[in-house]
Amino acid sequence: MKELVIISGKGGTGKTTLTASFAFLARDKVLADCDVDAADLHILADPQTLQEEDFRGGIKARIDLQKCSQCGTCIEYCRFGATSHEFVVSPLSCEGCGVCFQICPQQAISLEEGLNGHWFISETRFGPMVHAALLPGQENSGKLVALVRNQAKVLARRQDISLILVDGAPGVGCPVISSITGADRVLIITEPTLSGLHDMKRAMELVRGFKIPVSVVINKHDLNTDVTEEIEAHSTNVQADVLGRIPYDPQVTRSLVQRRCVVEDGNSPAKKAIQEIWERLEPDLLS
Amino acid sequence: MIISIASGKGGTGKTTIATSLAAVLGSRAQLLDCDVEEPNCHLLMKPDLQTCESITVPVPIVDMDKCTLCEKCGEVCRFSAILVIGEQVLTFPELCHGCGGCTLLCPEKAIHEGSRELGVIETGLAGPVEFVHGRLRIGEAMSPPLIRAVKQKINTDKIAILDAPPGASCPVINSVTGSDFIILVTEPTPFGLHDLRIAVEAISHLAIPLGVILNRSDTGDREVEKFCADQGIPLLAKIPHKRRIAEGYARGDLLVASAPHYIGLFLELVQTIRKLTRETESGLKEAVL
Repeated sequence: MKELVIISGKGGTGKTTLTASFAFLARDKVLADCDVDAADLHILADPQTLQEEDFRGGIKARIDLQKCSQCGTCIEYCRFGATSHEFVVSPLSCEGCGVCFQICPQQAISLEEGLNGHWFISETRFGPMVHAALLPGQENSGKLVALVRNQAKVLARRQDISLILVDGAPGVGCPVISSITGADRVLIITEPTLSGLHDMKRAMELVRGFKIPVSVVINKHDLNTDVTEEIEAHSTNVQADVLGRIPYDPQVTRSLVQRRCVVEDGNSPAKKAIQEIWERLEPDLLS
Repeated sequence: MIISIASGKGGTGKTTIATSLAAVLGSRAQLLDCDVEEPNCHLLMKPDLQTCESITVPVPIVDMDKCTLCEKCGEVCRFSAILVIGEQVLTFPELCHGCGGCTLLCPEKAIHEGSRELGVIETGLAGPVEFVHGRLRIGEAMSPPLIRAVKQKINTDKIAILDAPPGASCPVINSVTGSDFIILVTEPTPFGLHDLRIAVEAISHLAIPLGVILNRSDTGDREVEKFCADQGIPLLAKIPHKRRIAEGYARGDLLVASAPHYIGLFLELVQTIRKLTRETESGLKEAVL
């Protein structure tokens, strides 16, 4: 079984468009949407949900004001400034470390598990998909990402599918680290802007730290030829495989508005480029 | 006044808006890049960075001469960052949140604290604009404490402009909490709309007035505009897609440099935001009375 994770560093460079296009082109695969903060793959995949589960990851302290003697020990020892002088815990600031629970002389503090989100197993027009939705503003996205990837593996094994396509999150933090840990291959899609180059370098450094083979795709490559060449030079320098360039093509947005991916429609330049990239990538994923 | 620029979906133009707003306000502005995972404001503002400060979290160091292998540390740690295995105490600094629980509760006082670097905060000047950004160390998963450290640098004498990370989870909430106004930048596509909805939901309980800027407004569909109208969210500005603007951004030029006719729009934006925050304040006062 091979797991390909698509990330970008910078947001909005085309992760979901590319993942959905690969999903359309690949024969047998399980899809996993690991951008649990702002999951968008389902918009193109049109899922019929078969199973829905709660995700409980975060623990928060709660003070029982009936038992509380207002001694202030919890406030003194909380390093996150989570407890107010009215002895109310702010769920935003509470990290769920449990120090207050341990030291409260009145044992007035309990730790309560909250609902952080939901995850789903669905059948889509591209095949089976595992996806999730973190409740807005919640934390523990890394744990939810790990859960989604595990469920995708279980599903792939059960259905004897040898490829998992993972749509990752932007950035280089918690959900991205959780998306790529132990993956077989990472694809970074970027754009030829100074931000795209800067953010790709950081994402690349992260992936290289995990010693995972990494490939690069440049979207809207014709926006700036100099930066495109710099991205390719940097990739070659760090032994990353440059898989191809996708031109700026208004058909991408036109298809998106119809909730389709560009490779399903007409014969646009972007479609052709993505097909070629997939043909280059596919043999490595099957071997 | 603190104005945060957030988006839900990435790549919709947060940094474009934040940098041009700061540049137009000049010496009245302070720009703080809270997208510590992928900070980009410096690429457009080209600040002269003068200070660099390392931000750390405390992590446990165990003195094995004092340790009796009682396992109390492993019991209290909720992040699996310390545990006793056989005759050893293993620590996993990357998992540690720095709560100090193990150090505090070790009966033998066998634990003291070292530190792990989360990243750095750099400050300087971009022309007349005060500039601050955080850069998360590559491999570090915990961005919120670094974001909070960036926000410690807010200069209350200025109009502080905060460029928030994309998404709608804890890093975004940590960035925008305490703001007087939030600008959500989006694009008119099903992705832009979906992620805008999530962002609005995530920040709604903070009761901070907000407005939307629609970028690349002439592409895609009309659904974002309908959503804003239905929800009563002010549409602050529409910026059509122009090849010239996209090419300028690619090179690292500010929007107001590629398209100077937008200078007026940003000046008006500040007036609109002042008006909307005042209305919200008086609305809140009325509600209280």
